[in-house]
Amino acid sequence: MQALTNRSKMVSNKQMTFMERIYLPAIFKGMSITLKHFFKKKATISYPEQTREFSKIYRGRHVLKRDEEGRERCTACGLCAVSCPAEAITMIAAERKPGEEHLYREEKYAEVYEINMLRCIFCGDCEEACPKEAIFLTDRIVKSDYERLPFVYGKSLLVEPLDPNLRIDISGRQTKNVLNFKQNKRFAHNR
Amino acid sequence: MDWTLYIYKTIFLVIIFLITLVVAMYSTYGERKVAAFMQDRRGPNRAGIFGLLQPLADGVKMFMKEEIIPLTANKKLFILGPSIAMTTAMLTGVVIPWGGTLTIGGREFSMQIADLNIGILYVFAMVSIGVYGIMIGGWASNNKYALLGSIRAASQMISYEIAMGMSIIALILTSGSLSLNDIVQQQHGMNWNIFYQPLGFLIFIVCAFAETNRAPFDLPECETELIGGYHTEYSSMKLGFYLFAEYINMFISSAVIATLYFGGYNMPFIDQLGLSPNVVTLLGSAFFFMKILFLIFLFMWIRWTLPRFRYDQLMNLGWKKLMPLAMFNIVATGAYYYFTVLI
Repeated sequence: MQALTNRSKMVSNKQMTFMERIYLPAIFKGMSITLKHFFKKKATISYPEQTREFSKIYRGRHVLKRDEEGRERCTACGLCAVSCPAEAITMIAAERKPGEEHLYREEKYAEVYEINMLRCIFCGDCEEACPKEAIFLTDRIVKSDYERLPFVYGKSLLVEPLDPNLRIDISGRQTKNVLNFKQNKRFAHNR
Repeated sequence: MDWTLYIYKTIFLVIIFLITLVVAMYSTYGERKVAAFMQDRRGPNRAGIFGLLQPLADGVKMFMKEEIIPLTANKKLFILGPSIAMTTAMLTGVVIPWGGTLTIGGREFSMQIADLNIGILYVFAMVSIGVYGIMIGGWASNNKYALLGSIRAASQMISYEIAMGMSIIALILTSGSLSLNDIVQQQHGMNWNIFYQPLGFLIFIVCAFAETNRAPFDLPECETELIGGYHTEYSSMKLGFYLFAEYINMFISSAVIATLYFGGYNMPFIDQLGLSPNVVTLLGSAFFFMKILFLIFLFMWIRWTLPRFRYDQLMNLGWKKLMPLAMFNIVATGAYYYFTVLI
């Protein structure tokens, strides 16, 4: 049979030579290896003081974006919930009342929008499905907890703050190419 | 005997005990650091600067833990086990010469608690009693894993004591004395025994690893097969005593190895420096401790390099390899002295 790689070793039952049987050379070799590792650079990142650098397109905790005037972009169409392979997203839609135009961009909005962070697999399909550029994954971490309930994130945790200075930056994921891809009518998903 | 000698011996005894405890304490820290560094990690570095308060934190943790004595255990023996392990570990340090002699006010003070003329035999006796600590602990727990662990420990220690004793016989042939102080003084300068007894040294250090139950001979306490071995049922400070006794044993056996084979408190080229005797003694003690610390490092180095022996391999090595080798060493040493020295 042909070997797939050249790394496989042939096993043999040959007797060990005297030098092999006294083991000492092998022991010294092993000790030199461990001593080499003693002086090597450590792989550890001392967490609270240092943090590992995230990739630019890291898929972490979600954000529900507002538009430039501070209105929620989400229209509760439910495409994200449909596209979610883990069924982590639920929502209840509501109609915009007169006088709420400064809060919601279109006539329909999500009254309740919940993502179960324990179910979520952070695949980014919701972001891809969203026609309104409303939901994005960010480089923030979902905090740990002792209970299950706190992992169901409601709108209070998902919608970004109104203050323009506190808006969540999603430029890493919403690049020009991505925007072009999402809005180009040439692709089947936009037709 | 007069009072100054009593007072001096008492103070010296307390100092040696304290040093033993502190070194053992920081061996636990050192072990974790060495292990971490050899595995490309950082080790304990949160408690105090460089994690230097870690042993204290561990000690406090051990004391605060719940003390559990199993219902079916033999209570008296259960308590006796760790006490014996700890006591015998501490007692061995008595005969080790920690330095030469200090001259204070025209009087000579030896830096050795008791210069027994059978010092080596005393060390062996204490090591042998140390087996009882483990055996009694394992037996009293009334637990099959603890019993298996203690049986393993007993058979291992008895097997390796034979080879160890025989390697020492060859050493005694060359030194002609059982007193540790005499043996050290014969190794003055660079006349260390390791150059005359390399095979004996190898046998002795392998047996020392086995006697202290250190890797690769840590079968009595292998976690995967025996869930900790003889101290499975122990908790709180009684467990702490067992673990601590192991580190004290490591320190003491390093001291014994340094005494027997590495010239004890002798420093090379110390006579050429022309220092006063007291300074020479103190320098010698410092050098002795450096040797001990290096040997402790060697213990840890080996532990984090070699995997554990299988039980039959352990017995094979002890009975079929080391014992014949030790016998050959005795014969070779004897023949050498018969043909070169006596004729």
